[in-house]
Amino acid sequence: MKKEVVEKLVEIVGKENVSTQSADKITHSYDATQEQHLPDAVVYVSSVQEVSLIVKLANQHKIPVLPRGAGTGFTGGSLPIHGGIVLVLTRMDKILDIDEENLTAEVEPGVITAELQRQVEKIGLFYPPDPASKEFSTLGGNVAECAGGPRCVKYGVTKDYILGLEVVTPTGDIIHTGGKTLKNVVGYDLTKLFVGSEGTLGIVTQITLKLIPKPAAKKTMLVQFASIDGAAQSVSAIIGAKIIPTTLEFLDAATIGCIRGKSSIPLPENCQAVLIIEVDGDPQMLDAQAELILSIIKPFNVLDTRIASTEEESEEIWKVRRIVSPSLRQVNPDKFNEDIVVPRSKVPDMIRALEAISKKYNVPIVNFGHAGDGNIHVNVMVDLKEDGMEEKIEIIMEKVFEAAVNLRGAISGEHGIGTSKAKYMSMGLNRATIEYMQRIKAALDPLNILNPGKIFIEEPSQSVKG
Amino acid sequence: MYKNKKLKDFEKVIRECVKCGVCQAHCPTYLVGKREGAVARGKISLAAALLDGEIGLDERLQEDISMCLMCGSCVEKCPNKVPTHEIVGAIRRGITEQQGLSLVGRGVSALLGSGPLMKTLSKGGALLSPLVLKKVPESSGLRLRFPSPLMKDRTVPQIAFRNLFDRVPEYTEGRPAKPVIGFFAGCSITYAYPEIGEYMVNILKAMGFSIYLPREQKCCGIPALSSGDGKLVEELAEANVKAFQKREVDYIITACASCNGGIGEYYKTMKGDCSEFTGKVIDFSVFLEQEGLFAQLAEMKKWQQRKRVTYHDPCHLKIQGITRPPRELLKSLPNVEFVEMERANSCCGLGGTFSVYHYEESKAIGARKVAGLIESKAAYIATACPGCIMQLQDIINHAGLTVKSVHILELLAEALAEQ
Repeated sequence: MKKEVVEKLVEIVGKENVSTQSADKITHSYDATQEQHLPDAVVYVSSVQEVSLIVKLANQHKIPVLPRGAGTGFTGGSLPIHGGIVLVLTRMDKILDIDEENLTAEVEPGVITAELQRQVEKIGLFYPPDPASKEFSTLGGNVAECAGGPRCVKYGVTKDYILGLEVVTPTGDIIHTGGKTLKNVVGYDLTKLFVGSEGTLGIVTQITLKLIPKPAAKKTMLVQFASIDGAAQSVSAIIGAKIIPTTLEFLDAATIGCIRGKSSIPLPENCQAVLIIEVDGDPQMLDAQAELILSIIKPFNVLDTRIASTEEESEEIWKVRRIVSPSLRQVNPDKFNEDIVVPRSKVPDMIRALEAISKKYNVPIVNFGHAGDGNIHVNVMVDLKEDGMEEKIEIIMEKVFEAAVNLRGAISGEHGIGTSKAKYMSMGLNRATIEYMQRIKAALDPLNILNPGKIFIEEPSQSVKG
Repeated sequence: MYKNKKLKDFEKVIRECVKCGVCQAHCPTYLVGKREGAVARGKISLAAALLDGEIGLDERLQEDISMCLMCGSCVEKCPNKVPTHEIVGAIRRGITEQQGLSLVGRGVSALLGSGPLMKTLSKGGALLSPLVLKKVPESSGLRLRFPSPLMKDRTVPQIAFRNLFDRVPEYTEGRPAKPVIGFFAGCSITYAYPEIGEYMVNILKAMGFSIYLPREQKCCGIPALSSGDGKLVEELAEANVKAFQKREVDYIITACASCNGGIGEYYKTMKGDCSEFTGKVIDFSVFLEQEGLFAQLAEMKKWQQRKRVTYHDPCHLKIQGITRPPRELLKSLPNVEFVEMERANSCCGLGGTFSVYHYEESKAIGARKVAGLIESKAAYIATACPGCIMQLQDIINHAGLTVKSVHILELLAEALAEQ
């Protein structure tokens, strides 16, 4: 990176917050995809003005800018694939306001999701989106990826809780979208445009969130089934009975195989599927609701049901779900984790399709996830050291996405596209739709400064170099 | 011959980091600075780059590597249990080997002499004479942890006029059928808090055990490990294993979590088998529970005026999963009303020699405990590690609270004395 650019950066944020040293480039070169791409500089920012000045500077010199929160994305959203300036927002981590009268919160983008949740829950409020990474991912990152989580069955995803944003545009202007009100139809709904835009259309520097009252109580159940069909039919039956649980998580037979013997709750050999069902609300209604659910699913191959009556017992049930991810590596060293989504009634079809793919290509596929909203975490477990596996995994992934799209689903429910799924965009969207999106990007970011190379497949000439 | 592992020995586990970022939620140094270089994932990426020859031991890397308390909090929560604290130790030793004790260890070797420590201690109002100080061995971690010029405003332990060896015989004969307990006291207990050591010995004696407190025992090596002085760690391990070979012991008990982590856990990772020694190492709370003391204590009549006590998890116990026994012990005490506090398990910030080089960060890490402590309304914060006791008292003093940090054994001794 040119010396004058570095000097300008130092002028903007101070010497201690700019680095071009190797160690800093290395520690800001990756995310949870485990891919590595070195940036040219790393900058820690602390205000919207700094962000704006840096983006303007980057436009002048045609240098990519990569907004980065915790760097825990699964699709490469924060990777500096063309070098440039990694702009780290983790230190903008203040909760500016929690408004108990309007049920809103104002936060900086670096606030950790679970930290906001703890603070609002102390005063009886609730911020529902709960990505698995909530203890370390930032709200800015959640906005950029439109993060989901188990509770989204009932409560919706990140975009349903964003009322307004302060955004630095790709050309360095500071704009405000939405506001503090629930209703607002003044002009285009730019808020929704930015949520899930993966850092390609703007850098979020302040977020106005919608809060709701915290449910008074919850009840957690773990149900074991003799077949995946039983579990899938149960999901349909529960939803069909007009009951929306807070969470409806499922584990398939392959998943259960990974964790059998590791959980304090015994999972016998004939248990082929597990549903973890949680309902919340008025404590007086919960028992009745839990019983109703259990009676609805009774005909579907149920082996065992367990209802937690204390917080500890509920925790014991959730532990079953939590030990899944760490246990997967015993199957095979390399994990390809995709988060396809299908209409919830199609979950059984999707599982069957995955089983067929697993059999055909002779690779273990471990599935678990959010049955209630059709968002399945598909984990293809392989050993990349095996001959031809790299090529094989490409084909398998394509088949998985194809199956999801054929069921009127989508290739990503909550992880985003980033770099890792860009080449599959055309599977679910027609050419005109993709071009429409690209035209928006080109109009807002004419020099392709902000997070270049993400979401869309790149033409070789498109990228700018740092 | 026990040898430290080298960075190369960690190659396989380094590659097992999947960069998920879970460590960010648990790394004390990351949480106060929010810099990726400070978190386990960042350090592991640097370790990988070192192995791949993509980077040398340049200054920024050394700085990042110095930003680690070696508390192991990240390892506990890591899905693949990548031992970042061990990897950091290996890199620090590599730095020392290549450049001498630089950055991380800078100053330490120069301060090994008795002068600076003496000054610190006298500033702390210690009962002190050169004669007392002479008894603290050159290799003691106490000297590494508290070299004075860098430690302004710091609450430091006072060196006792009569150390534990002056107070307790090398061997105390118990009841014939009872096992012999080796007592690894460690520097802090031996020289700064000998009364804790005496409580330990008296309790074991009352339970009928024979106690062996070998005079040849040395520092466990945790501060040397933290500062990258690999050679010193090896010498200390050698000496300590030898010290407990002179007499047949059934257990080697510790009342200092760091020492337990040193002689119990770290020695296990060294090349050269010392499992005979490490296999006997046991934390006092685990031992006392195993021997049925908690049940007996629970039978005692509760005091009318009980002390409101909360508990701080020392990292070296927490990462071994020893979180329940110390709490159970406190709950069983007749003189204690136990309350949990928020962030009970977050690090106090001492971290071997970390607080010497990063006192501001160390204080900030410790300060994260203050809100929970106030909320708990506890009058005492009990723990199981003298290092934590000292650091916690420093945090409390800086926060202007009146809470006292104590060793669990002090409360136990109080309960037993009233019997």
